[in-house]
Amino acid sequence: MSAKESKKTSIIENSLKLFSQKGFYNTTIPDIAKAMKMSVGNMYNYFASKEELAKCAIKYSTNILALELREVNNAPLSSRDKIFEFTRRYFLKVKENPEIIEYFLRVYLSNREVFSNGCEGFLCVGEFVTEVMILLEEGASKKEFRDQDFFAAFGMFMGSLGGFAFLSGEKVLEKDLMQYSDLIAENIYRALKYEE
Amino acid sequence: MRNKPKIVWLQALTCNGNTQSFLSSNHARFEDFLNAFELVYHPSLTHNISLEDVLTSDFLIDFLLIEGAISSNTLFFSLNNESAKNILQQLAKRSLYIVSVGSCASYGGIHAKFEKNSDIHGVEKSLENIKCLSAHKIINLTGCPVHPEWILQTLFTLKSKGTIVLDEKNRPVELYSPLAHHGCVRNEYFEWKVEAHTFGLKEGCLFYDQGCRGPMTHSSCNKILWNDISSKTRVGMPCIGCTEFDFPRENLFETKKNIGIPAEVPLGISKRAYLSLTGVAKTFKIERLNKKIIDENS
Repeated sequence: MSAKESKKTSIIENSLKLFSQKGFYNTTIPDIAKAMKMSVGNMYNYFASKEELAKCAIKYSTNILALELREVNNAPLSSRDKIFEFTRRYFLKVKENPEIIEYFLRVYLSNREVFSNGCEGFLCVGEFVTEVMILLEEGASKKEFRDQDFFAAFGMFMGSLGGFAFLSGEKVLEKDLMQYSDLIAENIYRALKYEE
Repeated sequence: MRNKPKIVWLQALTCNGNTQSFLSSNHARFEDFLNAFELVYHPSLTHNISLEDVLTSDFLIDFLLIEGAISSNTLFFSLNNESAKNILQQLAKRSLYIVSVGSCASYGGIHAKFEKNSDIHGVEKSLENIKCLSAHKIINLTGCPVHPEWILQTLFTLKSKGTIVLDEKNRPVELYSPLAHHGCVRNEYFEWKVEAHTFGLKEGCLFYDQGCRGPMTHSSCNKILWNDISSKTRVGMPCIGCTEFDFPRENLFETKKNIGIPAEVPLGISKRAYLSLTGVAKTFKIERLNKKIIDENS
């Protein structure tokens, strides 16, 4: 990675934290520049606008999850075990890098106007959606999952994980997040599993 | 090879479809064919000699063309009181080249799926290693039916060059390296994932719901057009994959999907790559491709 790319990544990582904590509109380029110990003017050498930075940030954060799910998809596991493994990895990310999921929930989903031009539909989250498609299709082709409408399955899968990440962010859970991992994975699996 | 090579067309278990296709050739091309070859015997045409005459004589057959699947069981099929397999084996030994015309001759086709007779096969298997005189591989012209021009091109190529390049299933590469998808006029609808919701429409791609096998079927149907003007997909009927060795499959007019995702993706494309592109393409709704080309109500 070039020095410029490396710096861009660092800016994205810092902005993810600030955006997810303070919100998109309450975070300014000077805030991010301050966290980066950079001048505001220099920031614009890397990103033309806060909106452009926000779009790069959603691609960056969902690609982290896409890579996790791709590893799981490529592992020699049953589809059931893939759900359990990915749920563990997802919850671990929620614990260790909460900004990745928080950004998705509290910025990307909540400020659609920022993303309407260039990140509409699946454009900026495509790699992750593709991995979910592969997980679901493979499970159904092996008759581990029942056949059903894609969006019904996709919505349930993402809703379960995202909803629980939200509860964790709101700090309303009684137990450590990881203790819920297998429970949530079991719920997802039961919603998907093949029935004679 | 002499100036007018002799052709014998043998029919076994067949619906006669390839004969009908052959006789529907472009008339100028068929005239070329008749000027260049001597069609000594074809069961649907009037000749001076019968099959029995062919069997009892010993003239050299330059091209033995077989239409239909082969069985050794005379209870199911016999010609001249002999099984198709016996006749085939006799004629093959006197032939320079052997061409299987159609899917049934190539690998048994629909007849090989008949559960009450396990002894129905294509030509190659039925010959049991009997070679033709030139020792050229048996040429499989798959298709249900074969395009007449594919037969003519194959014969003219063999006549002039003495050999023809074949793929791993012994089909001529020139004719079977393209996919039916190549040249399909619906490719733009395929690119942008705009589905045709029924048959016979000018608009939409037939891959997503209607079972079209164009992107995974080796054939030049959209390159060498039928009746010189059209193809199945051009008139709004899905390609049913009739040139592939798994034809006929079940549920021909249905795209097998798992949780809404196509179980099979275009040939040689990884599922991950295909789904990535699909996700991007589906994000955009191209207005031009989502409206009728001719709207009679407007």
